[in-house]
Amino acid sequence: MAQKSMRDAINDALHLEMARDPRVIVLGEDVSGGAGGTSGEREASGGIFGITKGLLPKFGADRVIDTPISESAIIGAAAGAALAGLRPVAELMFADFVGVSLDQIFNQMAKFRYMFGGKTTCPAVVRLAMGAGMNMGAQHSQTIYPMLASVPGLKVVIPSNAYDAKGLMLTALRDDDPVMFFEHKALYPRKGEVPDGDYTIPFGQAALVREGEHVTVVALARMVAFAEKAVDAVAKDGITCDLIDPRTVSPLDADTILESVENTGRLVVVDESPPRCSIAADIAAIVASRGFRSLRAPIQIVTAPHTPVPFARELERAYVPSPGRIEQAIRQVFKE
Amino acid sequence: MSLSETELLNAYRRMKTIREFEERLHVEIQTGEIPGFTHLYAGQEAVAVGICTDLTDEDYIVSTHRGHGHCIAKGCDVPGMMKEIYGRQDGLCHGKGGSMHIADVERGMLGANAIVGGGPPLAVGAAIACRNRRNGRVSVAFGGDGSCNQGTVFEALNLAVVLKVPAIFVFENNGYSEHTGVDYAVGSHDIAARAAAFGMPAEHCDGSDFFSVHAAMARALAHCRAGGGPYAIEAHTTRFYGHFEGDPQLYRAKDEVRRQRETMDCLKRFRAVAGEHGIALAALDAIDADVLKEIDAAVSAAKAAPPPAESALLTDVYVSY
Ligand SMILES: Cc1ncc(C[n+]2csc(CCOP(=O)(O)OP(=O)(O)O)c2C)c(N)n1
Ligand SMILES: [Mg+2]
Repeated sequence: MAQKSMRDAINDALHLEMARDPRVIVLGEDVSGGAGGTSGEREASGGIFGITKGLLPKFGADRVIDTPISESAIIGAAAGAALAGLRPVAELMFADFVGVSLDQIFNQMAKFRYMFGGKTTCPAVVRLAMGAGMNMGAQHSQTIYPMLASVPGLKVVIPSNAYDAKGLMLTALRDDDPVMFFEHKALYPRKGEVPDGDYTIPFGQAALVREGEHVTVVALARMVAFAEKAVDAVAKDGITCDLIDPRTVSPLDADTILESVENTGRLVVVDESPPRCSIAADIAAIVASRGFRSLRAPIQIVTAPHTPVPFARELERAYVPSPGRIEQAIRQVFKE
Repeated sequence: MSLSETELLNAYRRMKTIREFEERLHVEIQTGEIPGFTHLYAGQEAVAVGICTDLTDEDYIVSTHRGHGHCIAKGCDVPGMMKEIYGRQDGLCHGKGGSMHIADVERGMLGANAIVGGGPPLAVGAAIACRNRRNGRVSVAFGGDGSCNQGTVFEALNLAVVLKVPAIFVFENNGYSEHTGVDYAVGSHDIAARAAAFGMPAEHCDGSDFFSVHAAMARALAHCRAGGGPYAIEAHTTRFYGHFEGDPQLYRAKDEVRRQRETMDCLKRFRAVAGEHGIALAALDAIDADVLKEIDAAVSAAKAAPPPAESALLTDVYVSY
């Protein structure tokens, strides 16, 4: 099987689906780049992160649309195009820019189906590049998925590796609801085995990354690889863990987590977002209420602190949950 | 308003300081010591300095992701800025902000901003404060050609007209927003005309010519201080580097920057007319030498400065909690 980066895996999915389904369009700032430039190069970037590379030459400017800097209009146009029968993929570039376009996401696309009595669909995908670790500062580093996961009507997808990213993207593109597709910037270059062909991964189905019997660890996106390190480290001392990657947080595969906690009695949830109203807090609450009798120790959550993302290397390193902190939390719940 | 010899020399010094600051960053970034990503202002110096020359610490500016020039023009401490860009404890924002978030409220510098279009509404708010104090101060919103397509900017333009506040919207048209040309992204091709359509006077100026920018700003200030409400200026300029450091600039014609460095360099153009303003080139040479030393010292100090203590991570989220 081919080794591909998560960047190429998502790009693959877009190529496949655009070739298969003429209703799919891509829009956003510099999704091809070069429009109005002086070099004549009409694909000057293929997206700031290179995710939409090669789409313009293949599918043309009607379907690969460079926009001005107008996030409200980009997301709103995607919502409108979806109502009118297209299947748009809007690139928001940095997830932080959701702030500029929030109305179109949470008052518009999220609510159409319900408000209109189930008479319509809004099959739009919004791609959001997220995450700290690259010293991009407070307005370019956030993981704001908890905010969107709290909105009924939106589906929220958070892949942790290249293989999942492609399969989940193909599912997103074929899903009839609005999908917020979060891509951790630090994972873009990370390679994994990715088949060339078409495959999908269903939403609401967690992946069991490691199997064990003492502690259940749940982690998302970049935190999955960090948790793997922690889980492997404690394994040397005979502590074995189930490591669960939910892959989508709306819908959330709570059953897999609850079943695991039934066996282990101990839970650590890792989330790069700040702790309040986070996915970590959400999963902890679900297990505390539905799995209370299985628990043999207080649940531990490992999150970023309740602060914006700092710029300086030393501060950002302290901000992001580390394998060391996850390991500590596992040892803590194991002891109790 | 014509400027004294001292004022002109100061203006040149600020432009040269910005240029040297950015040229040096361009080199230092290659070492990997500077965290994050950086947008250089080199090429646009005459805009920041032409706009800020007649402003005081009581006048406000809001800036953009490409903010180093605005900071220096408004009088921010240069070594403090350099330390901030290196992410140091005694940087202007204690290493928490970085290149895209340098602020110095005491200098009336309300912050660089990494959200395109985030600034102009803030500038309208600061303009309300100026109006209510009736002290003749103004609030300036810097923004790029790309920013003028943001809904927040439209709203800010209209709000300023409705409230008749002393806000000055400066659009720095450097030809590109990221990798997209202005003629593609700005449908009407005329940003000043767009601002004018909201009901304020607006004009174009030559953004590579300090004197052209300064004259436009003098008219804007007179208008605002007479209680006339907001004003807009579109300054035509260019950036000498990529959108951010590391941008391969495939969208740009091969020799575009080389040509522009010949014809659109505000320092060269200032020198070309210095004599007409009674400025001796030797005085400018002396400034050049001074600035070089200053920037050298700022870089050495930033490299040697300590990083923030880890405990700083949790401070300054709130005033009290
Ligand atoms: C809301 C938002 N959208 C997109 C971006 C990404 N971005 C950063 S700078 C930039 C281009 C800005 O162009 P312009 O306003 O012309 O300023 P310039 O970079 O030319 O100084 C873009 C799209 C952003 N930072 N914020
Ligand atoms: Mg521009």
